[in-house]
Amino acid sequence: MIVNIARKELKSLFASPMGWIILALLMFGFGFLYLDGVNKYFEVMSGSIRPAERQGITIFVGQNVYGAANFLMTVAIPILTMRLISEERRSQTLPFLFSAPISLTEIVVGKFLGMVIFLGILVLYIFIMLSSMNIWADIDFGYLIGNSFGLILLIGSFCALGIYFSSLTSQPIIAAISTFIALFAMVIFGNFTASDPGHWFGHISMSKHFQSFTRGVIDTSDVIYFILFIVTFITLTIRRLDSDRLTG
Amino acid sequence: MAVSTLQAINLSRNFGANYAVSDVSFSLEKGEVLGFLGPNGAGKSTTMRMLTGNLAPSDGSVKICGIDMVNEPKKAKEMIGYLPEMRPLYKELTVDEFLTIAARFHKVEPSKISKSVEVAKDKCGLGHMSKRLIENLSNGYQQRVGIAQAIIHEPQIVILDEPTVGLDPIQIREIRNLIKEIGKKHSVILSTHILPEVEMVCDRVQIIDKGSLVFNGSIEELKKQRRGNKLLVGFTKIPTKKELIDIPGITQVDAIDNTMCRIHFKEKYLPAEEIVALAVKNKWGLFHIAPDITSLEDIFVQLTQIKK
Repeated sequence: MIVNIARKELKSLFASPMGWIILALLMFGFGFLYLDGVNKYFEVMSGSIRPAERQGITIFVGQNVYGAANFLMTVAIPILTMRLISEERRSQTLPFLFSAPISLTEIVVGKFLGMVIFLGILVLYIFIMLSSMNIWADIDFGYLIGNSFGLILLIGSFCALGIYFSSLTSQPIIAAISTFIALFAMVIFGNFTASDPGHWFGHISMSKHFQSFTRGVIDTSDVIYFILFIVTFITLTIRRLDSDRLTG
Repeated sequence: MAVSTLQAINLSRNFGANYAVSDVSFSLEKGEVLGFLGPNGAGKSTTMRMLTGNLAPSDGSVKICGIDMVNEPKKAKEMIGYLPEMRPLYKELTVDEFLTIAARFHKVEPSKISKSVEVAKDKCGLGHMSKRLIENLSNGYQQRVGIAQAIIHEPQIVILDEPTVGLDPIQIREIRNLIKEIGKKHSVILSTHILPEVEMVCDRVQIIDKGSLVFNGSIEELKKQRRGNKLLVGFTKIPTKKELIDIPGITQVDAIDNTMCRIHFKEKYLPAEEIVALAVKNKWGLFHIAPDITSLEDIFVQLTQIKK
């Protein structure tokens, strides 16, 4: 049943120009970063004569592309997730889901998965784009796979937050703005205390946990951070919808 | 003995201190069309939302074919098709796409989905609209799509909340015929505030006012209340009350204006003939004589005011 909800969500995304435009713009953004990374690589590397200063192309270009992902996603995801529940609330289509034999958990998880699968297309594209360097260089696929995994986790957390804010209101625009503000805060939190790496502020910041992926490290504490984040907001969304049923 | 498919037991729902529905109990027999009648804000929609599991009752329970809605919502919801007052349609999809999704959500077997979509479209007269976007359909057709999604999984019970609101007379007629058609195979609960509609399509009527049931019976019972022992008579030269009361059987005469009066008579008497004979003999100038039927509206008003 979760799959059916996700399918419906994907269908709706592709039935309107919105989905296509966002996907195209994001792809353009990442493509640009990739090209920029490749160009800069030769500039920088020709300047560094000592071998210790040299860096592999995968990590150099990869950091350029994946490192910017959290900011690009901060802008793009609120626009995509704003409709998930608030639009249904506004056009009064929620009873259609509530009166079908589907549990609230299935509805919310289905919608969440639909969104992650949609953005998964992007992650796959980025992976293919970066793999194309393999034609003339010997690239580190492990780094790419690790980063793709990290990016999926980042997208998942952003979507979970987005779906929660979407469930709070019947105005998609309000959902988008509040999601954006919340995501922006999550991303820049760490920068306030950059001088003190051990500060707890840095630990709850999302960018700090994503950065280790862009360095090529998969740290279980980062993975757990993202998974907890996703589970928390999905649970909150389910509870929000359940309170609709209870309080009317 | 007919099998009851839906049971509402002491259903109550309050919003804060306000009771929208209080202590409503009824049951629905198999293959029955039940009309749910009430003025605006009487608690019709609230009751329907509780029956379909969209709203948790504050007290009481709903049983669908013996399955409790609160304890086993998934199983119970499988047997219900629901069309809320605001039709829940994904307008960016085509009719076919939407109905396919509805079938999937209601657990129609994958191999049977396309067939059940065809059947539902056929029943609702949507055959030639398959590839149109729901957004571009007229009001009446959108309503048909709404009904189609409610019957697509062949549910035991179909619950329709004000299905004819906002439609033109021709569409209303078509939708009513459709409901009658559905009523042959499924049990139907239909809410409305249009009285003739109930008379036309329903087997049984329930009147709800201020959250509680005030009438529960067959259409015949409602009609009985309607046809009293009264005649509406018009004379150009109206006779005195005494002259009329002297006719055997007549108990009371109420003058309505200078020419019309309402004549009440006893059960089993039919004084029409004598009135006519007297009128001709005394040259009262009779121009109108007809049984005085209380309009359904009046009964409705009477019933909803008894409580006050």
